[in-house]
Amino acid sequence: MEKLTVEQGVKTPYISFSHDSGVMELKGKSIPENSIEFYRPVYAWLDEYAKQPKNKTSMIVQLEYFNTSSSKCLLDIFRKLEPLLKDSKSEVTVTWLYEEDDEDMMEAGEDYQTIVKLPFDIQKIS
Amino acid sequence: MPDIYKIYKDLEQDEIILSFKGDITQDLLSSVFSIMESRLEQEDKPQLKKKFYHILIECLQNLYHHNETMNAEENESNGSAIFMIGRGENNSFRIITGNFILNSNSEILQTKIDKVNGMNAEELRAHYLDKLNTNEMTEKGGAGLGMIDIARKSGHKIDYNFHKVSEKYSFFSLVVTVQ
Repeated sequence: MEKLTVEQGVKTPYISFSHDSGVMELKGKSIPENSIEFYRPVYAWLDEYAKQPKNKTSMIVQLEYFNTSSSKCLLDIFRKLEPLLKDSKSEVTVTWLYEEDDEDMMEAGEDYQTIVKLPFDIQKIS
Repeated sequence: MPDIYKIYKDLEQDEIILSFKGDITQDLLSSVFSIMESRLEQEDKPQLKKKFYHILIECLQNLYHHNETMNAEENESNGSAIFMIGRGENNSFRIITGNFILNSNSEILQTKIDKVNGMNAEELRAHYLDKLNTNEMTEKGGAGLGMIDIARKSGHKIDYNFHKVSEKYSFFSLVVTVQ
């Protein structure tokens, strides 16, 4: 399966999702006015990945800002990974990274941790 | 000739640091974010900077999504709105927006804002998570979370006003405090 790589944009994040390694990175800013357009190919890739996932799937999120439109899309991404864990198709973990002093981003991680049914690790980076 | 000095003085008095009236486009939003990012480089409170930036994005994107284009008979300026960024008391910032909306939408909007204004931090969080979980995305990419998010991040009451301009439209203004 092809790797999904999206270069960082002014309003959109860097994305690197690899089927080979099972590692999915999402970094930067996510503030597009219409996030559905941006995330549509990401969803499609995940749907494809779900057919034959790696034993371990590691989602790493490191964002500076994201708008509420993106927050919904992020949730939808996590929701696509939940069934993999639930049906024991893959050991899925999420690592949420936030910069020291960025309380808002830490709280955002806690928000998702509360509602996402995946092992959700929130880590501070100095 | 318009009294430019008067306009300037009024803006100075209200401590406005950036102001725009015109069509709200994606390019405009990108430029404003860019400008404010550099402007705030010098501010020494990283937390406030991030908070401000985050709220600015939500306010302007709300404006972009919900701004009504009044038809030509009702108003000379189509699709134009206003926003301003100003300083407030105690080293705070104010983000101010103004746009036309349909009167038929005013009540829902007012209810939404009154609701979040009446909630404490915990209630806002629960409300946000509930909506995040249950809301459908609109085709424009709206998640219906903007006001809740703004209220949460601002920590202050959202000030607003509806000014009826015709049977069909009102002018809706919003002031968000960031401190």
